[in-house]
Amino acid sequence: MAFEGLAERLQGTLQKIKGKGKISEADVKEMMKEVRYALLEADVNLKVVKEFVKKVSDRAVGQDVMKSLTPGQQVVKIVKDELTELMGGEQSQISFSTRPPTVIMMVGLQGAGKTTTTGKLANVLRKKYNKKPLLVAADIYRPAAVQQLETIGKQLSLPVFSLGTDISPVEIAKQAMEHAKEEHYDVVIIDTAGRLHIDETLMQELKDIRAIKEPDEVFLVVDAMTGQDAVNVANNFNEAIGITGVVLTKLDGDTRGGAALSIRSVTQKPIKFVGMGEKLDALEPFHPERMASRILGMGDMMSLIEKAQANVDEDRAKELEEKFRTQSFTFDDFLEQIGQVKQMGPLDEILKMLPGAGKIKGLENAKVDEKQMDRVEAIIYSMTTQEKTTPEIINGPRKKRIAKGSGTSIQDINRLLKQFEDMKKMMKQMTNMQQKGKKKMKMPGLDSLFK
Amino acid sequence: MSFFKKFKEKMLGSTPEAEETVSITNKFKEGLSKTRNQFTSKVNDLVAKYRKVDEDFFEELEEILLQADVGFETVTELMDSLRFEVQRKNIKDTSGIQSVISEKLVEIYNAGEDDVTELQLEETGLSVILFVGVNGVGKTTTIGKLAHRLKGEGKNVMLAAGDTFRAGAIEQLQVWGDRVGVEVIKQSEGSDPAAVMYDAVRAAKSRGVDVLICDTAGRLQNKVNLMNELEKIHRVISRELPNAPHEVLLALDATTGQNALVQAQTFKEVTNVTGIVLTKLDGTAKGGIVLAIRNKLHIPVKFVGLGEQMDDLQPFDAEKYVYGLFADGLDLEEEEESDK
Repeated sequence: MAFEGLAERLQGTLQKIKGKGKISEADVKEMMKEVRYALLEADVNLKVVKEFVKKVSDRAVGQDVMKSLTPGQQVVKIVKDELTELMGGEQSQISFSTRPPTVIMMVGLQGAGKTTTTGKLANVLRKKYNKKPLLVAADIYRPAAVQQLETIGKQLSLPVFSLGTDISPVEIAKQAMEHAKEEHYDVVIIDTAGRLHIDETLMQELKDIRAIKEPDEVFLVVDAMTGQDAVNVANNFNEAIGITGVVLTKLDGDTRGGAALSIRSVTQKPIKFVGMGEKLDALEPFHPERMASRILGMGDMMSLIEKAQANVDEDRAKELEEKFRTQSFTFDDFLEQIGQVKQMGPLDEILKMLPGAGKIKGLENAKVDEKQMDRVEAIIYSMTTQEKTTPEIINGPRKKRIAKGSGTSIQDINRLLKQFEDMKKMMKQMTNMQQKGKKKMKMPGLDSLFK
Repeated sequence: MSFFKKFKEKMLGSTPEAEETVSITNKFKEGLSKTRNQFTSKVNDLVAKYRKVDEDFFEELEEILLQADVGFETVTELMDSLRFEVQRKNIKDTSGIQSVISEKLVEIYNAGEDDVTELQLEETGLSVILFVGVNGVGKTTTIGKLAHRLKGEGKNVMLAAGDTFRAGAIEQLQVWGDRVGVEVIKQSEGSDPAAVMYDAVRAAKSRGVDVLICDTAGRLQNKVNLMNELEKIHRVISRELPNAPHEVLLALDATTGQNALVQAQTFKEVTNVTGIVLTKLDGTAKGGIVLAIRNKLHIPVKFVGLGEQMDDLQPFDAEKYVYGLFADGLDLEEEEESDK
């Protein structure tokens, strides 16, 4: 049930306008239907979608189709640029009070992830900003919410201020701030109870906490999987207590996360952080461009590129490209490639970041067998230098020797040799293609290599 | 007399046995009031705005449904069958179209199947209910409410604290256990959840418990390791007790958008989900995605969560659900008819 990305969806529509010099109004209308669908499937609020589509249409009509791009790419680019812009710059700064302690309030619906995020945020404050944070357990309603924060505090070795569940959250917050002042804490993070945005009594409670001392930040914590209702939630919280930023949680799931756009456009408040996992260091700054790609189903190319860049030496990469072209790619290079891929992290996660990976049959739930990579490595390690550079010489007896040396079977060796040949052929095709222009291509064996 | 009028009579008690359903219906109406107000007033606005059933009317109706998280595909399907119906019955003006809309919605939901909302439990002996779902949807709270409900039916209930991962989860279930007055089987945080289940099933068997409700840690459906863990939990339960778990209930947050469909599909593949509990329906979210889930994956909604109190868990009824959404509109329709 993987949703198609916008780029794939636009293919059909685009056949019609191939070769045109300008994008006409009718073309745009046709394409915007697909844009609308893509955004709705990503859970962007309908009203936000409508506004957005209108804006993009105006921009797209009459544009010259740039030579370097196909009309489809052009539209995708306009959509993505506009989306990125709408989501604002990268703003993960936290405003600190000139007179400590800085007060940060965490608010949101039930189950959004406030308590976990409170812990993660405290961790960021300590690590990145060198602050001394105090966690405040102000959720007296949900059973064991106080214990949850206390456990998180223990895990992080950070102090938690709690007064049990018999004292009002407003009083807890008040005493916590006094305590923080006396003990010279830099930041007070108040974990409030989850509440419905239409619960007037509980919303009043937040206003009362807010009134003790003007908080420096009020973070609305929102589940990335939220649907159309995200606008109501964000709007009500913002109007009632005035939020200063948003934390989008559970983004390590496979939701498109259109709520990000909805919230941003109704509140105009920046998304400051995203929650990327259950571990207490899994809080990351928000990247609008990546989010735009994600919403459009284009894969998280940026993260992938970043990961690759962190692990690949650029000069080596150029050298490798040269080798691809001249077909002098050897098993030694292959070994190095495997090493680099392994450094990038679990393979199935990397595969998920590839645009369109969800569409490759059998790959959507691919469990990449990392052991298989170890086996491949073992085989190559069992080859002589000569065998690695000229695999053609590997005959029967040599295969037997390699199999014995690596603890594998001759079938394994045969398979690897075949895959290596296929890969070389593919590399050749790819490099040829880059020179000739675009053509549909097949990638034989790439996916079977890791199974 | 329209289907919905008959239906309403049944619901609102012109027959004696229907009297008792009134209070439940009212609870439903109350819980859904915010939803209904928004949704229905929109439908009413729509009807008032467009006297004629034309393209503009359809377009706006489509938008109302999209904003209820029903999802593009299901909405398109509904609109198609609605257009057909309107043509067939030669409906020209908008009065009276609400009932057609709701009929079609129920039809899409049921997809020709009987609605099974009752829990399928053993008449005698132990039954096991396993709860699964992503993080923060309300599994533990729902378990507390369900335990209260089953205990009220005279059942001997036991809980298993299978969320050994999240901080405070075991304590949270224990608080619910104390509140409801049922025993909670638990181990320390960080222990193997499958081992907790093993213990719990054995304890439940030896103590003559009727229903064992198992909590599990919330997990995002794309985490392969965690889904494998869930499979193991499921396996351990089945091994200890044939036919168990008798019910696997997926807790689904009504606020969730289209991802809910992926959630339902993935959890179904791993644990053979038998029903859905739609939580947090007391907010402004509509949970319209359950239509698509039932229609595509054939998983029925069994309960809805309408608040944080012990008795805020109600059995789901597709007709009541849709009735709740359209109640105001129907009242209006009736008044008009009696005016004539």
